[in-house]
Amino acid sequence: MAGKTLFEKVWESHVVSKKPEYPEVLYIDRHYIHEVTSPQAFDGLRRRGLPVLRPEQTTATADHNVPTLNQHLPIQEPLSRFQVQKLRENCEEFGVELYDLGHEKQGIVHVIGPDLGLTQPGMTMVCGDSHTSTHGAFGSIAFGIGTSQVEQVLATQCLLQYRPKTMRIEVNGTLAKGVTAKDIILYVISQLSAAGGTGYFVEFAGTAIKSLSMEARMTICNMSIEMGARGGMIAPDETTFEYLKGREFAPKGEAWDQAVAYWKTLPSDPDASYDRVEVFQAEDIEPWITYGTNPGMGMGVSQTIPEVAVNGTAKDMVKALDYMGLDPQQPLKGKKIDYVFIGSCTNSRIEDLRAVADFVQGKKKADGVTVWIVPGSKGVEAQAKEEGLDKVFTEAGFELRQPGCSACLGMNEDKVPAGKYCVSTSNRNFEGRQGPGARTFLVSPLMAAAAAVTGEISDIRELI
Amino acid sequence: MGFKKLTSTAVPLPIENIDTDQIIPARFLKATTREGFGDNLFRDWRYDNADQPKADFVLNDDTYTGEILVAGKNFGCGSSREHAAWAIKDYGFAVVVSSFFADIFKGNSLNNGLLPVQVTDEFLQELFKTIEQDPKAKITVDLEAEQIINEQTGNSEQFEINAYKKMCLIKGYDDIDYILSGKEEIEAFEAKRVTF
Ligand code: SF4
Repeated sequence: MAGKTLFEKVWESHVVSKKPEYPEVLYIDRHYIHEVTSPQAFDGLRRRGLPVLRPEQTTATADHNVPTLNQHLPIQEPLSRFQVQKLRENCEEFGVELYDLGHEKQGIVHVIGPDLGLTQPGMTMVCGDSHTSTHGAFGSIAFGIGTSQVEQVLATQCLLQYRPKTMRIEVNGTLAKGVTAKDIILYVISQLSAAGGTGYFVEFAGTAIKSLSMEARMTICNMSIEMGARGGMIAPDETTFEYLKGREFAPKGEAWDQAVAYWKTLPSDPDASYDRVEVFQAEDIEPWITYGTNPGMGMGVSQTIPEVAVNGTAKDMVKALDYMGLDPQQPLKGKKIDYVFIGSCTNSRIEDLRAVADFVQGKKKADGVTVWIVPGSKGVEAQAKEEGLDKVFTEAGFELRQPGCSACLGMNEDKVPAGKYCVSTSNRNFEGRQGPGARTFLVSPLMAAAAAVTGEISDIRELI
Repeated sequence: MGFKKLTSTAVPLPIENIDTDQIIPARFLKATTREGFGDNLFRDWRYDNADQPKADFVLNDDTYTGEILVAGKNFGCGSSREHAAWAIKDYGFAVVVSSFFADIFKGNSLNNGLLPVQVTDEFLQELFKTIEQDPKAKITVDLEAEQIINEQTGNSEQFEINAYKKMCLIKGYDDIDYILSGKEEIEAFEAKRVTF
């Protein structure tokens, strides 16, 4: 019998029922919810007279449109205040645990899950947010769902699904100094295009992936959906177990040993086969930056903007560069910028903050540049303070904000003004994503720190 | 509740590429519930700037009634908003007939108990002609047999529908009803589920 992939093992162990021509009923171990995509789902339950089937497997937080200043005060913006209030009422009524604004465990849903040890290998997890793929870094099947599906999972703890195809993306070799996980994923997306993974569930593998820390792996899986993939995952190993051990909701004592023994059975068998395989070399990757209006429009920082993106059309390119105020053949290095945003579920974890602080220590931000640094969770914020990183940031002239999605999607007050350039560690550079007319360059935290200090797009390798 | 077979007069909308912004304009998406969208179905075609009904739009014309909407090719293109399907259903249609449907719209319709019936261009044109000549002409949609019949001419066509969705429509189920109909299986699964 042929071996199985990590994906197949986790999927098959969660199939509740399966009939020919029918979608499979997939059991969901953990469901995360937040204020924006849940109100209609709860409303649906009320209409049907149904409870949340397994409230203890559901965790809620407020993150998408919370303010990142003065979180102890009532929310100013009426729509945000209304949504957070609705979430409170719904969680109260249906018995779901909520890490509300101001709670010590509050934060971006994809940052708190792993941080608290709620996310574990071999699980199935969903959330009404596309970047749920982040949790795949632990070897779980994690993906984003729509509001009707949020209702489905609340009501049944299951989800109807047709099985996606599988793709293995291998990255082998050793990364050069200054090149990070974010550069790997931006590079891969620009090679395969923003739609290159459509229909697939991706497993990231290879020596370069294996050598990454847990938080770096989360950055990779987070952005797997930016190439259109259903989700991304990485086989659990010692790095995973080491990270999880001792976390609040991780198994303890004997259960821990049993869990590890089980998790060790999950990696893909050597003779497992995939529908598609792509192989890349770490040595080909330099610090990466996007120039256009989808994450697939990216290039090495030393390169010049191409005539046309991989799998893109000439028309898309003209439109994107017009929006960005850039030209083909133009280098980006040396380009003056206005804003720097360090945050989002892609890069707002403690390691990201440490890397930035390490580089920024003793330096000052460039004049005329606004730098927002937004920790992913209350936990990350507290840890950063404990390590004195907050002082490094304030001394450098950075604005250290309170946890939330912030300028990743500009649903709260943190918007980049029209026409301004923002170097950002988030995951989407779509038109208007960071505010109407805002122009986004996606990069790694190190590249963002370099831009903050120099006031222009810089090659981090020349500064470290 | 369930839908097996329907014979009804139809409302014709012989316009191609009707997008979801026309079906339900974006400004009506802010609601936190799913009800009431039918009032705003085709809002900007139905009402003028002063919110007065436009007499020449088909939904404002008593000549045409029925539970079947017959629309031009590529119906439901544009944004993926599920509200488009909610609005059509909430207005009172059970079936939409066209010679092509946008993929996401088709999925959203089926998930909300609205049956999209895809026919050939010729069949569609014949339907438009029949309705034009006789607004009281009847159409039969037989879900079980996957067949649509122009009762006036006797012509018919087969259409295709996914087996699961067909079962849901016939039983009047949605995904949640279907999953909960197997609740014992869920409980059995939970009993042997690996947890630590
Ligand atoms: S940080 Fe951005 S991408 Fe992540 S969950 Fe929030 S809005 Fe979505």
